[in-house]
Amino acid sequence: MIPYIANTKKDVEEMLKCIGVESVDDLFKDIGPKHSPKSFNLPSGKSEFEVVKKLQAIACKNTSSLINFVGGGYYDHYVPAALSTVMSRSEFYTAYTPYQPECSQGFLQALYEFQSSICTLTNMDIANASLYDGGTALYEAAMMAIRVTKRNKIIMDGGVSPIYRKILKTYTSNLNFEFEETPVTHGHSDRDKISELLDKDTAAIILQNPNFFGAIDDHSDIIEQAHSKGILVIESVYPISLGVLKTPGEMGADIVVGDGQSLGLPLNLGGPYFGFMATKKKYVRKMPGRIVGETTDKQGRRCFVNTLQAREQHIRREKATSNICTNAALCALQGLVFMSLLGKQGFKELAELNYKKGEFARQTLEKIKGVEVKRSSPTFNEFTVCLSKDACYVVEQMINKGFAAGFPLGRYYKGMEHYMIIAVTEKRTKEEILNYAKALKEVLKDKS
Amino acid sequence: MEVNDNFIYTKEHEWASIEDNIVTVGISDYAQESLGDITFVELPAKDDEIDQFGDLASVESVKAASDIFSPMSGKIVEVNNDLEVEPGLINKSPYENGWIAKIEISDPEEASNLMTADEYRKFLESEG
Amino acid sequence: MELIFEKSVDGLRGYLNPNSDVGDAKVPSKYTRKEAAKLPELSELDVIRHFSRLSKRNFGVDTHFYPLGSCTMKYNPKFTEKIAAMPEFADMHPLLPQLKQGEKLVQGSLEVLFEMEQLLCEITGMDAFTMQPLAGAHGELTGVMMIAAYHKVKGNKKKYIIVPDASHGTNPATAAIAGYEMICVPSDKNGVIDLEKLKEVVTDEVAGLMLTSPNTHGVFNSDIEKIADMIHAVDGLMYYDGANLNATLGRCRPADVGFDIVHINIHKTFSTPHGGGGPGAGPVGVNKKLIPYLPISRVIKDDKGFYSLDYDYPESIGYIASFYGNFSILLRAYAYILLLGKEGLKEVSNMAVLNANYIKEQLKEYYDLAYDRHCMHECVFSASKQAGRGVHAIDIAKFLIDQGMHPPTVYFPLTVKEAIMIEPTETESKSTIDWFIEKMKEADVLSKKSPEDFKDFPKTTPVSRPNEVKAAMDINTSYFI
Repeated sequence: MIPYIANTKKDVEEMLKCIGVESVDDLFKDIGPKHSPKSFNLPSGKSEFEVVKKLQAIACKNTSSLINFVGGGYYDHYVPAALSTVMSRSEFYTAYTPYQPECSQGFLQALYEFQSSICTLTNMDIANASLYDGGTALYEAAMMAIRVTKRNKIIMDGGVSPIYRKILKTYTSNLNFEFEETPVTHGHSDRDKISELLDKDTAAIILQNPNFFGAIDDHSDIIEQAHSKGILVIESVYPISLGVLKTPGEMGADIVVGDGQSLGLPLNLGGPYFGFMATKKKYVRKMPGRIVGETTDKQGRRCFVNTLQAREQHIRREKATSNICTNAALCALQGLVFMSLLGKQGFKELAELNYKKGEFARQTLEKIKGVEVKRSSPTFNEFTVCLSKDACYVVEQMINKGFAAGFPLGRYYKGMEHYMIIAVTEKRTKEEILNYAKALKEVLKDKS
Repeated sequence: MEVNDNFIYTKEHEWASIEDNIVTVGISDYAQESLGDITFVELPAKDDEIDQFGDLASVESVKAASDIFSPMSGKIVEVNNDLEVEPGLINKSPYENGWIAKIEISDPEEASNLMTADEYRKFLESEG
Repeated sequence: MELIFEKSVDGLRGYLNPNSDVGDAKVPSKYTRKEAAKLPELSELDVIRHFSRLSKRNFGVDTHFYPLGSCTMKYNPKFTEKIAAMPEFADMHPLLPQLKQGEKLVQGSLEVLFEMEQLLCEITGMDAFTMQPLAGAHGELTGVMMIAAYHKVKGNKKKYIIVPDASHGTNPATAAIAGYEMICVPSDKNGVIDLEKLKEVVTDEVAGLMLTSPNTHGVFNSDIEKIADMIHAVDGLMYYDGANLNATLGRCRPADVGFDIVHINIHKTFSTPHGGGGPGAGPVGVNKKLIPYLPISRVIKDDKGFYSLDYDYPESIGYIASFYGNFSILLRAYAYILLLGKEGLKEVSNMAVLNANYIKEQLKEYYDLAYDRHCMHECVFSASKQAGRGVHAIDIAKFLIDQGMHPPTVYFPLTVKEAIMIEPTETESKSTIDWFIEKMKEADVLSKKSPEDFKDFPKTTPVSRPNEVKAAMDINTSYFI
């Protein structure tokens, strides 16, 4: 007996009688003996208590006590308790895509508010109601730029996350697109190289701010140059940084994407997160993903609907702007609640606090022998160091001292085996940073 | 469902009206009615070269989207910019104010690939 | 109801940041924004109240019967939420296992991913799975990219993906964005793909065929292996869209009947919450011939029982997502499968199919059946008869909202005029289903008696029918524009 099935034996008998068959098996007669499973060797069912106990035991095999300095686009921010209260409202989490607007006004309004929040955060006109995550959002943005410009070359700045670059390459490997990458620098984008590459076949240039190495930049000049050649500019952003940093809208970017994880979502070993995308009004019909719009009902009351659906796969099929159907609506709601709790001042302060912590950590670590901070421009809350020892080795040693010390860049960049990026969020206290510095000093001093 | 006797038609419900070497193109009353309230028209660019039955434009309603194919080959000499402001013109006046584009015909013979008004009426009936 | 921005009061906040315990530092002004983002300013209570009130304007499975065909809106057991919230799982940074010795830190999470893969292999008969795709359509794209990789390595010149007319829109959209042209094959009078028409289009240029089974007419195709033979004869691949897997658990495994690739909509069959349209998860399984092309990384286990990430697959299509999939969604589903076990999963399909057939039988006198035969987990009606009286499928849907339920899917599949697609799922009781049947009958009766009444439904919701034309014309998608 399964607690999630409500038919009694008597019910089943009555229903079979009504249908006019002897047994449930009779309903499956289209599935002949030749279709039978060769095996279906699964464990027997368990009680809820047993499963919870088993999973708790598995959970305990994880080490969650390390003090975290790993970022790489995904950050260990505090999640206010009020979030889980909203997220546990099952009217939200057990609903589906708001296809019937009259009984989905709650979610539709929330998504409209989410879109609005993304717009004000990025200073863009229009945002969609979420995509899967930051990496796939960047891919969707590149495809969108290709649709808008009808050109087929994409230029990627060396500061874009190497993870995103790998994703983009996978998706376009079977398509007729050209990719150019500018050299990797841990500071500002390489203007000269970019100028060289921007040509009449270029659909878009992809930039990231702060970049993967933590460096912040003002891309206005690059954007102006790109626009003069009819090239779109895609900015990948880290949303918390937009509490203080110059916005993609202010710089003139055409499409903005990012991963929403840092807006109140647990790290969860990679998901679920949400991707967001914002653009200029004139490109709204080329944008992928669901969009919620305001309208009025028969009585003239304000209400919300999924709008411009003719772009989407369920109507446009093979000519749709994307194949996306299920998105990450619940995660977007979580992001909205996070932004609403922090509010205008709180969000700005959070960004400032992250900046201060990063600066303090950088200045502290800079003093250690064997640590060279690579910094040709300001950084946000993550920065790049070059160590006197192999970064993988250092990270391994730091784990033993209770720290997830940073992300070694050698994993993605040849020749950067001594480099590491270190992320410092508002959760890291002064004491933790000083202890980290002490531990790092010891590791670098060790003869090995 | 009105079928304009003076025009010729495609199986995709576009109409064509030929005057000298210019063909004016739109969609039939039947087409506008099946789409419902049209909310957006994506117009081609002037001077674009287009093949017979190639993609010319697309129209969107709330619940549907449809590509418009060119009844004949040629160069686009004029597009109906009014549709950008008022796409509903296609619903209100499919055969007049709701025209989509004018094309300079490159091969007049192609007209023979299209249906006469009577043939189109029969076609609509057979489609049910 | 007011927008959260309209409730904003200058100076309020719903959360206090920690005090700074480090020195002051300011971002150089050339890199800063001119003015702060206009996020709303409210107390914590006001934020909670705003969203609590919004939630009351929304139907979910926990509050309303939700027979949305094709979406499998079953009840989501609550214990899986408890497991997903365990901080030992929730707090794991995705880059930890990529650190040297970092895999040691996340053995628990990697075990879940590895074991889940084993379970899905057994459920579908496939030889390996990637857990990475973040939703069903994302799984489709991953699958079709693997099809492309397979043909590339074999030197096959392929151009087309075949899709039946009753398919989900995601199939043709996926084929197109993966670089293929689509061939659409119609259904025959039994509601399955027309074999004769299929024969006409199967050429050497066919890369593969995407099929939902049972299909969106709620029908299981008994000729499935004939189709597989035809496609395999031209070295095409058979892709199984797992959207409807809920109907056939333990009854038929895609791999056993000739499919090479399968994606599973975890949020459907394995009961993770749909979340208002996501997040989902769309793991993709393959048989041996496609294993080399699976995305990286993959989770492996050594003979000492140690789990690690393996990136060494030179023919892999590469990265399709940033990390290892929607972990906490997969975790919930893992717990669900463990609880149900072998017999439980079979019972899921048995009861899902029984409930759908019961509805089909009770309503077939009132609504035209698209295909008059036993259905699987969902049944498709046409409201053509009612439409003749001026009452369309959408009007019936709005009537049902007023009766206190989420309506079935309407106007899909596109192959059925005035389609009403009903999927009750296994978690609904007979009494709920009987109530639904009564309401559907009432709708039919009312469509004869006073069809004009329907135009005003729904009346019980906070808003009546929205003006969708206005929404699409006067585009307003942000408070700030």
